[in-house]
Amino acid sequence: MGIEWLILVLIAFMLLAALIAVEARDLLSSVIAVGAAGFALSVIDLLVGAPDLAITQVVVEVIALVLLIRVVLTRRDTSSTAPRDVLRTGAILFAAGLILVGTFLAVRPGKGTIPPFGKPVLAGTEPGVSKDYLNNAATETGAANVVTAVLLDYRAYDTLGEATVIFVSILGVYAILRKVGRKRADAPNGGEEAA
Amino acid sequence: MNKTTGMTSIVKNTARLVSGFIAVFGIYIAATGHLSPGGGFAGGVILAAAAALVVLAFGRGFTERVLGETECHVWDAAGAMAFLAVALCGYFGGAFFAHFFALGTVHELRSGGAIPLSNLAILVKVGAGLAGAFLALSAYRLAKPGQEA
Repeated sequence: MGIEWLILVLIAFMLLAALIAVEARDLLSSVIAVGAAGFALSVIDLLVGAPDLAITQVVVEVIALVLLIRVVLTRRDTSSTAPRDVLRTGAILFAAGLILVGTFLAVRPGKGTIPPFGKPVLAGTEPGVSKDYLNNAATETGAANVVTAVLLDYRAYDTLGEATVIFVSILGVYAILRKVGRKRADAPNGGEEAA
Repeated sequence: MNKTTGMTSIVKNTARLVSGFIAVFGIYIAATGHLSPGGGFAGGVILAAAAALVVLAFGRGFTERVLGETECHVWDAAGAMAFLAVALCGYFGGAFFAHFFALGTVHELRSGGAIPLSNLAILVKVGAGLAGAFLALSAYRLAKPGQEA
């Protein structure tokens, strides 16, 4: 299959980008490598037929990259990234990979508990909940996009939880950043007296 | 325009031309989320990207006059409450998140029951929240000692 080879190449690219992001001395290089990994992931989303996810991934990646580059460029701080031991990191990654390969061989896809690629377990079983979604989404929810029907009708509790998580995290951003900004703006000594 | 903050006039003019279209595209992505790929979250992030473009091009001082951090937080909370209100309206009409009016014809803009309303609520919530986070990060940048934009 051509698409699976393309996906494998993209996964290798993502692994390489992640390694560069971990190992790069410069913070800007790390940020750009993280962005490259994210864009490769969005291309994978597009290839396996998940355009909703691909749109969200691309957009979030763009805004996160812009934000991180802006923060990094204004605080060009290369001293905080200590030089790492490449050999030790490589050994740890190699051991983790060995564990992953062993797990993969222990639960063989298609043979045991893990279903083969492209055949999710929900589609295989006979009362199949995903078949139910595909057949009845239009009549039950009135939405032509099945992904939205699942997100905002069948799994709407889940979406409400996600919205709450985003709300709380943005509240956290406000709390942390506003405190620092006000201290720095009000007190010229930098606000170290906060305890 | 304030000449002292922000980027060059080329960037400013381009941002002035483009940012409105980006914002409209974000609203479109969210409003047709029940018909085509996309949805409230992606549309909200696109809307926040338009705000980020304005912040980057014109500087924080100009943006504060149009859309302050407090407004962002108010809209953020309002979007979250609107999403919850859609769910509660369904609750009073039968079950939590039930559609509280007719589903409509499939493949038309007014279809999907309460799903477009939820998408628009999430659009407001995510867009205002991310724009506010971007503004807060800009404040952090301006407040660093010895760093002037």
